[in-house]
Amino acid sequence: MFLLNILDDTDPYFWAFIGVGLAIGVSVAGAAWGIFITGTSLLGAAVKAPRIRSKNLISIIFCEAVAIYGIIMAIIMQTKLNEVSELVLDDYYAGYSIFWAGMTVGLANLACGVCVGICGSGCALADAQDGSLFVKMLIIEIFGSALGLFGVIIGIIMTSNANFD
Amino acid sequence: MDWLLRLWVLQPGSMATFNVDDGYLEGLCRGYRSGILKTTDYANLTQCDILDDMKLHLAQTDYGDFLANESKLTPTLIAEKCREKLINEFFHLRAHAVEPLATFLDYITYGYMIDNIVLLITGTLHERDTSELIEKCHPLGMFDAMATLSMSHNVSDLYHSVLVDTPLAPYFVNCLSEEDLDEMNIELIRNTLFKAYLEDFYHYCQTLGGTTAEVMGDLLKFEADRRSITITINSFGTELTKDDREKLYPEIGFLYPEGIARLAKAEDIEQVRGAIDYCGAYRNLFQETSFNADKSLEDAFFEYEVELNKLAFEQQFHYGIYYSYLKLKEQEIRNIVWISECVAQNMKSQINQYIPIF
Repeated sequence: MFLLNILDDTDPYFWAFIGVGLAIGVSVAGAAWGIFITGTSLLGAAVKAPRIRSKNLISIIFCEAVAIYGIIMAIIMQTKLNEVSELVLDDYYAGYSIFWAGMTVGLANLACGVCVGICGSGCALADAQDGSLFVKMLIIEIFGSALGLFGVIIGIIMTSNANFD
Repeated sequence: MDWLLRLWVLQPGSMATFNVDDGYLEGLCRGYRSGILKTTDYANLTQCDILDDMKLHLAQTDYGDFLANESKLTPTLIAEKCREKLINEFFHLRAHAVEPLATFLDYITYGYMIDNIVLLITGTLHERDTSELIEKCHPLGMFDAMATLSMSHNVSDLYHSVLVDTPLAPYFVNCLSEEDLDEMNIELIRNTLFKAYLEDFYHYCQTLGGTTAEVMGDLLKFEADRRSITITINSFGTELTKDDREKLYPEIGFLYPEGIARLAKAEDIEQVRGAIDYCGAYRNLFQETSFNADKSLEDAFFEYEVELNKLAFEQQFHYGIYYSYLKLKEQEIRNIVWISECVAQNMKSQINQYIPIF
């Protein structure tokens, strides 16, 4: 059966490039998700309480940071993608490590983006009702955005030894 | 692992996807809610001596200059203007809504449509002038064919146009026929239609699922129970038979099925009290009325309704806030009317019997 050899025969570059794509693509999806969740609530609440407009852009910035984590990881990972004339075992390691690092970073940022988005939405609505609540809810969002950072840290550790020589 | 995510997070109405279609309107509705009069506003209003003072105080609230062009203030005029503002807000929300919120908001208007249709039926039976009837209709319950409805000269035409033109056809078809419309007492018709409407609305909310089903379920169950209890108490001493009465009880509600069965057999208020006794909330309401001579059961129900509707705003990402906002604003309009009547008739002793909301 040809399926039995599929993992052996797949080129490590296949895995590595998909990993880079996942890192940036899924992170951006998470950031976008978070921004639209926060943005719509912010727009609705700002109609009757215009004072919340500027402060609550911080929630949007936290979501944006998630996309930036994704870009940073993708750039770091793609600098390791050199062309080699002959594949050795280290290259297979590099391929797998970059793929799963990309998956880790992408999914962590997806969850982080959604989390910060929902918190930001609640923050905008609460701020519109009672201005003193804003700073407290921002602390919740800060904890939420730390989740993306965890993903980035692990991703960096995973790819630290990956090298296509 | 991905399918887990899809299953739980991406359910319709869940936190992660609610804001795509309904996020803006939720923020807008909560903005409207923050304009509901607070205890400080009521304190100012109750200290007014004339209606013009009330107009001044209302100008500083969310109502703004809505009475600016009116020269002669009366309580009915103030109520009409307040209601007009509420209706503008509701239609603004409805205009921006997409499915399924649009259907949900339409369901809210069906209750008012039932009142309007009953008004038109009564008017047609008593051969009143149709244009004056349309003026008395509640604006939230208007539908396109209202003018043609009032053109019908006998009840048979009315019945057929209602079946064709309004979304209330299922409620008529299931429980009323053309002969019933002529003979039945008009209140029976109203209550039968409303029972069908409540049950339909409840089941629709359950299909929406999630937080909406939970919040709206509680609100509609209370409404159903309130109607059952009120119908029972109002039917003592009338010629409504117990069987007919039982047919008017909605089949949703905390009292269904046990309490309803007992209510159907009740003959005086003590038996009603016994029937609802197992429901803690209603038992407390009845106890409040027995301790406090000034407070009627109706007032106790209004107070409890305000509590439930306030709770709806505690959760995010559901449709219950639109229903609750409408009910709270209606209570606010009742309060303003009460206070303005007390001020206009100079009966300040009872002015504090409004129901505070926030």
